[in-house]
Amino acid sequence: MKFKTYRRVESLDEAYQLLQEDRKNMVVAGGGWLKMSSRTLETAIDLSALGLDRIVAGEDTIEIGSMTPLSAIEADSGIAALASGILSQAAGAVMGLSFRNLATVGGSVVGKYGFSDVLTPLLAMGAELDFYGEGRISLEAFLKKKGRTADILKSVIVPRSLGPGYFKKVRKTRLDFAALNLAVVTTQRGYRIAVGSRPSAATLGEEAMEILNSADTIDEATIEKAARAVASLKYGDNPRASKAYREHVAYVYTKRAIEEVRDCED
Amino acid sequence: MKIELTVNARRRSVEVSPDDYLVDTLKKLGYKSVRRGCDTTSCGVCTVLVDGDPIPSCAFLSVRADQRAVTTVEGIPETASALAEEFGQTGADQCGFCNPGIALTVHAMQEKESDTDDETIRRHLVGHLCRCTGYQSQHEAIKAYLGDEK
Repeated sequence: MKFKTYRRVESLDEAYQLLQEDRKNMVVAGGGWLKMSSRTLETAIDLSALGLDRIVAGEDTIEIGSMTPLSAIEADSGIAALASGILSQAAGAVMGLSFRNLATVGGSVVGKYGFSDVLTPLLAMGAELDFYGEGRISLEAFLKKKGRTADILKSVIVPRSLGPGYFKKVRKTRLDFAALNLAVVTTQRGYRIAVGSRPSAATLGEEAMEILNSADTIDEATIEKAARAVASLKYGDNPRASKAYREHVAYVYTKRAIEEVRDCED
Repeated sequence: MKIELTVNARRRSVEVSPDDYLVDTLKKLGYKSVRRGCDTTSCGVCTVLVDGDPIPSCAFLSVRADQRAVTTVEGIPETASALAEEFGQTGADQCGFCNPGIALTVHAMQEKESDTDDETIRRHLVGHLCRCTGYQSQHEAIKAYLGDEK
């Protein structure tokens, strides 16, 4: 990606105005994937002077600034204590440490990358996004929206009232993108299951969640039905894995995930 | 646009384009240890420290280095030469292309980690590809270096 000018903005309003002015103006987050695009931008908007790189633990939520690097999420003890540490595990599974010092949570979320490792646990945890402009919306709703956002992501908000969780990144090598990401979390409203790297962006396994959350007991038959439902989500082929492989590992790891989370709750 | 940065404790001023990357700017300034490898953040040979943290300079915009401290392997001569000695002892040093990035990562790890056990070393080295050694000899060299340092 090329750009003609670069602006380190001094306020969110300045960034917002620039973004509305021209569709060729864009917020640059960590910049890890800039070279993957051949687009030419007018202005790159840099938010790094706005203090959006902090993790703030509140009573009911943890608020992660959009410019927070993945390495900081990986190292944060408050985040590690949530849902068996699934968000820390996912952040720590992204490439090497030097890349994680660069890549930000905001870039991962707004990019809606199919291969993003952190989107999957965030979706399972019921994260919300706080945009300058649109205000707060759920990550689930944001991922369903088509096209790019013309708002500025300020922070990602994760609830603290979570039970045990499970995260699995299926990959060929330690540095590779995922062939599949799976996250299962128990919340006050029951089980939440998210699947990413299908290879498209993360989605909730809504049918599986309904099966689990309407069951009287989480027995083997219920787990089997839920795992079949996750395996029947929409998957595809890419160089990392075939559609059939993804369906199979989704089924296998969903069973393991639910069993592990259920046993933790007991 | 002009940026001012500190490279290896020396104040530098340099003209950059908005989409220049730090690897190119450092080379322009004469820091030849900074290598270009995959150019997609995957191989680790372009690693430098920015304010003490390892980053892939092939993906770090030069404008973001403005008013920040950058360290290349020329800036850590004691770590680099001690590590080179251990690399020689274990046969970890063949073509040497990945060595500067690894030395900087080890230097940063020493600064930040209180316990540098096997798993910590492995976690820090993920992202440094080496096509000569198979990694085990490097791992042993780093352990020996850290042992000597203690």
